[in-house]
Amino acid sequence: MHRRGVGAGAIARRKLTEAKYKERGTVLAEDQLAQMSKQLDTFRTNLEEFASKHKQEIRKNPEFRVQFQDMCATIGVDPLASGKGFWSEMLGVGDFYYELGVQIIEVCLALKHRNGGLITLEELQQQVLKGRGKFAQDVSQDDLLRAIKKLKVLGSGFGVIPVGGTVLVQSVPAELNMDHTVVLQLAEKKGFVTVSEICSSLKWETERAKQVLEHLLKEGMAWLDAQAPREPHYWLPALFSELHAHDEPRDAIP
Amino acid sequence: MDRFSWTTGLLEMGETLVIQQRGVRLSDGEEKVKFDSGVLLLSTHRLIWRDQKNHEWCIAVPLSQIVFIEEQAAGIGKSAKIVVHLHPASSNKEPGPFQSSKYSYIKLSFKEHGQIEFYRRLSEEITQRRWESMPTGQAMQVNKDSQAGRIRAVGIVGIERKLEEKRKETDKNISEAFEDLSKLMEKAKEMVELSKSIANKIKEKQGDITEDETIRFKSYLLSMGIANPVTRETYGSGTQYHMQLAKQLVGILQTPLEERGGIMSLTEVYCLVNRARGLELLSPEDLVNACKMLESLKLPLRLRIFDSGVMVIELQSHNEEEMVAAALETVSEKGSLTADEFAKLVGMSVLLAKERLLLAEKMGHLCRDDSVEGLRFYPNLFLTQS
Repeated sequence: MHRRGVGAGAIARRKLTEAKYKERGTVLAEDQLAQMSKQLDTFRTNLEEFASKHKQEIRKNPEFRVQFQDMCATIGVDPLASGKGFWSEMLGVGDFYYELGVQIIEVCLALKHRNGGLITLEELQQQVLKGRGKFAQDVSQDDLLRAIKKLKVLGSGFGVIPVGGTVLVQSVPAELNMDHTVVLQLAEKKGFVTVSEICSSLKWETERAKQVLEHLLKEGMAWLDAQAPREPHYWLPALFSELHAHDEPRDAIP
Repeated sequence: MDRFSWTTGLLEMGETLVIQQRGVRLSDGEEKVKFDSGVLLLSTHRLIWRDQKNHEWCIAVPLSQIVFIEEQAAGIGKSAKIVVHLHPASSNKEPGPFQSSKYSYIKLSFKEHGQIEFYRRLSEEITQRRWESMPTGQAMQVNKDSQAGRIRAVGIVGIERKLEEKRKETDKNISEAFEDLSKLMEKAKEMVELSKSIANKIKEKQGDITEDETIRFKSYLLSMGIANPVTRETYGSGTQYHMQLAKQLVGILQTPLEERGGIMSLTEVYCLVNRARGLELLSPEDLVNACKMLESLKLPLRLRIFDSGVMVIELQSHNEEEMVAAALETVSEKGSLTADEFAKLVGMSVLLAKERLLLAEKMGHLCRDDSVEGLRFYPNLFLTQS
């Protein structure tokens, strides 16, 4: 570490030193870019070889996909960043997830009028598999979650909300804060929730509970059953599929 | 109808349910029989009919007995039907409701619809003949003839052996795949380290790096899927690839945009473009990065981000603020409108309808009434009648 002197001479000297470092820096960076270019070519070949032997594995085996994704994440690589990336081009991972993204968007759009833009991961999986037809590859919940993660960047409010035994997928740009999430979690067991339940379980004031429920009603994510005995029930259509696992939804995607 | 046998209706091991449909009536050829209201189940092996009221009243026929099937469209007062032509019953068939029949076909009447899908699935099952490769736990056609029985047993053993071999082969493939994957990841890791090292050099140089070098570096990062460590931009945004993509988008989106009133959400664009491509799809990030370059490349489309975070593509000629004036007129005519109602009237997606109304509100033209019945917009009389 140089001793910092004062005065014009010291400044000039420092500038010269910096310039020398920069020069060396330039040469080093160019060398390294050239090296990276070469290594990239080698890597591409390795990937091609891997793909020729194991491409099917990625397409057919959900567990393998999970392993693959985890390994990529560990080393700091995102195989789904771009359709132009090597991973996408050679292994075809990209097409699998990007197409899944399209299917997820379509399912959510078709059911939005019914559930306000909230759907359980299970129901989403069911509907996506239906749309894909009999001969399509299997799609796991992990696959769906990764595809949804990528869709976030499109700005239309895609996200996931863990609720107890399952995960809710949000597909509208509605603001759902911690209070809303907690009430959704509470509603998961029975598919509906009441003001008094919220107050007793979460120790909230009535006003706070009402505000949260009203927000969910406004967003179309909750339906009000004012005729329920004792007090109004707030139902969440997104959670209906949990209760009626064997029913086919009436207004399924054509 | 003499091809049917009584059954418990339970599926065997190795037999899978394909589809079921309520409200189906069975007819023996042209004659009505006592199988009026039932659930019809199609499995990989059989066609099963079970009475809706009495579940023990249950019969089945193996799919192997089917010669061919026909559709009969619905008529006035008549449900759609499927006609199933059958081979003669085999001599060792399990007992069923009829000993004989003068018809070699039966009719399935779909009183509660569902015929189209059922026909499709039944055709598929008949074509695929999955029952031949999926041995069921209980021998389907119990053959009293011992020799034939022995042959069948060998057949099943043979199938089981093949499945076992296939399983072993698969296991071997997977462990080999994992080994190869690990080796590959080691190499990928080296690439990541190298890119970090280069990024550090660039940081030190702080602006002395040539544009050409930057472009090269970014494209390398894009290929590997490595986040740009210098700018922390997402994954090599602004590369040549994205520039090309931006230009391509103009060609693809011009007409669809015009058809949709000059504006589309980014999710709509993503679906449209990828559905059109079919292969070599764009990642969501590819799309966003390309759209971010539209303005700087002076292309006739632009990316716009609303306060809510919703992202849209607009034609340059599109003026959302002008559309707001038109929206105000529409709302005034009707007194008040919700986003859903407005969307239906104007013929746009609810997402974009809401954004337009919110923008109108932001500009002071509309007022909101936020109640449990939804978000409703009214003309802002404070402004107009002050």
